Amino acid sequence: MTTTTAQFRERATIALEDVRLQQALDGATGRFATARQAALAAIPWADELRDHFKAIRAATLANLAEHLQTFERQATAVGTHVHWAQDGAEACAIVTEIAQRHGVTLATKSKSMATEEIHLNAALAKAGVRPVETDLGEWIIQLAEEPPSHIIAPAIHKTKEQVAELFERESGRPQSAADIPALTAEARRMLREQFLAAGMGISGGNLAVAETGSVVLVTNEGNGRMVTTAPRVHVAIIGIEKIAPTWDDAAVWLSLLARSATGQPMSIYTTVITGPKRTAALDGLPDPDGPEEVHVVLLDNGRSPLVGSKYEEVLQCIRCGACLNVCPVYREAGGHAYGSPYSGPIGAVISPLLFGLDKYPALPHASSLCGACQDVCPARIDLPRMLLELRADLVTQGIAHGSEAVLEGSVSLAMRSERVWALLMGMGRVGQRPLLKNGKLALPERFNPGGERPLPALAKKSFHDLWRDGEV
Amino acid sequence: MTANRIALFVTCMVDQIMPEIGVATTRLLRRAGFTVEFPMAQTCCGQPFFNSGFRAQALPLAQRTIEILEPYEAIVIPGGSCTGMIRVEYPHLLQDNPRWYYAARRLAAKTFELSEFLCKLESDDWRQSTANCQETVTYHDSCHMNRILGLHDEPRRLLQAVGYTIAEMEEADRCCGFGGVFSIRLPEVSNAMTAEKLRQGRATSATTLITADPGCLMQMRGMRRNDDTIQIKHLAVALEEAITGKPWSME
Repeated sequence: MTTTTAQFRERATIALEDVRLQQALDGATGRFATARQAALAAIPWADELRDHFKAIRAATLANLAEHLQTFERQATAVGTHVHWAQDGAEACAIVTEIAQRHGVTLATKSKSMATEEIHLNAALAKAGVRPVETDLGEWIIQLAEEPPSHIIAPAIHKTKEQVAELFERESGRPQSAADIPALTAEARRMLREQFLAAGMGISGGNLAVAETGSVVLVTNEGNGRMVTTAPRVHVAIIGIEKIAPTWDDAAVWLSLLARSATGQPMSIYTTVITGPKRTAALDGLPDPDGPEEVHVVLLDNGRSPLVGSKYEEVLQCIRCGACLNVCPVYREAGGHAYGSPYSGPIGAVISPLLFGLDKYPALPHASSLCGACQDVCPARIDLPRMLLELRADLVTQGIAHGSEAVLEGSVSLAMRSERVWALLMGMGRVGQRPLLKNGKLALPERFNPGGERPLPALAKKSFHDLWRDGEV
Repeated sequence: MTANRIALFVTCMVDQIMPEIGVATTRLLRRAGFTVEFPMAQTCCGQPFFNSGFRAQALPLAQRTIEILEPYEAIVIPGGSCTGMIRVEYPHLLQDNPRWYYAARRLAAKTFELSEFLCKLESDDWRQSTANCQETVTYHDSCHMNRILGLHDEPRRLLQAVGYTIAEMEEADRCCGFGGVFSIRLPEVSNAMTAEKLRQGRATSATTLITADPGCLMQMRGMRRNDDTIQIKHLAVALEEAITGKPWSME
């Protein structure tokens, strides 16, 4: 996947012309944003909590290798198999190898952006393993064969009519869009069969806690627990940055995650996975439930080069999606315009960083730099600054168009002399005369940005002229 | 605040497209008792280049702007975005060169957005009269002014001081869609953002939408229909109209 300016414009235009999508986007992002605001307003020390969390994330990243090694040691001690994957291909190979070793043909999945990032489903299918998404939103977009359009609400772009149609095709029974409880009951029924038949469960991990070697999953539908307990094997894929050194750190993390994402104080299920089931006592407590084997794949995929770079701060992200809900660009263009599993402001920053700036040259510019994202980020990540840095990288790496460089260079040069600039503007004043209408340039529509916004005309006299002529 | 030599930095957009904003700003400052100077060498602060990633092209403009504005005791700008560029981004842009860095820091400390400057004054001579206009207006928070400079209350305080009633939009701080070159690069999305802003403006009881940033003004005017129910004005012009009790005129 790539996203050039032309591609972004094309995809955004499709979204802009889709009235129902616009309503769905407005409604859902507005509800999330309002709920987030209320949830944070309910804790008087929310600002301090966010400052504290930022400090925790920064300190963790400063010693990331050490915390990862602690996690590996502690997880191994409770019987978890820890794997390291340098990139997506390696992670996919690890997971398919585990599946094949256990003769798995069906794997249930709980929602995971990391697996979207590495296109695990395609790799599994190729290896003869059928992956079934069990998060309702993820399942809907899997049935529709589409990528997610929101970090926490992947099917935000789908209407209930479209969902009913997908379910009808999958179940072979008629479904009614008017009866949403019936639709969810149908989903539950169809997915229940998969939960019971699956040989392997695949999850992401909202965070990993180093001191106990635990993986923490945050879900609302309960599907995460089914995926991680019912099958004989559980594999969790987690980005290496999502590590909390201690449970004290994790507590701060969890107190901000759901509040920022959906406005809930906590999500319905917070699941902690510390190794496979065991009959022998560990810390005096036997744990007879759960899978026989637990694997954790620590995914790098472009993250470690960011450590110590000017972009390190972006690794503080916990994928709550709050920045998407307040982004005026995302709220109009929708998630698919970005052409990446990660959309919105955070997607505009991490997609080029993880997958290549040359592949996503439009994304650093897919922002008006309004700063609403930074306002709501639980880690207060300075996303506008990162976008500016990426834009500068586009220029220094020669990815920006040559014609643009020529234009920027010549205008800047002209502006270095007030006389040259005044001369050019004076020429523009004369040249625009035949085109003037109500103080705007009456150009054919195709010359108006977006076809609907006439460009402003130059004033009869510049402020310089007025001042010089004593008219101020 | 007392300052003898204050300079007006009008911004390149006001200079070339909306000079009346510069005139209104000068009138407000003169009424407040200042001798306003206009350094004729000024052109652009360099923000369009900086925001597009062309830092090498922004740098000489930043340096010459610093040199041009250095001699003055205070600099007033009728725009939050350009003020933010000088106050916050110049020190970033010039951080590797100590001489320029400190010059940038010195300039940053004495550069003010118009409403911020007027609110810092001890006297309210700037409004001089018993200005008491009855109009209901709505105010659009431009992003950089609100988020980078933290100027949210100041423009509202001035508007209320001359008698305007403010009817707030649903999301006064939602971006108007301008974003500099963004409005040209992704025009469809930019226009949709502006349409949403104007929709929110029209949904209030206000007859005029006021903003303190020339960029937002230009963008919103571009999407305003000729028969629109809402006017769009710059803060300085709106204040002058209320103070003089007359529609804006360059005379």
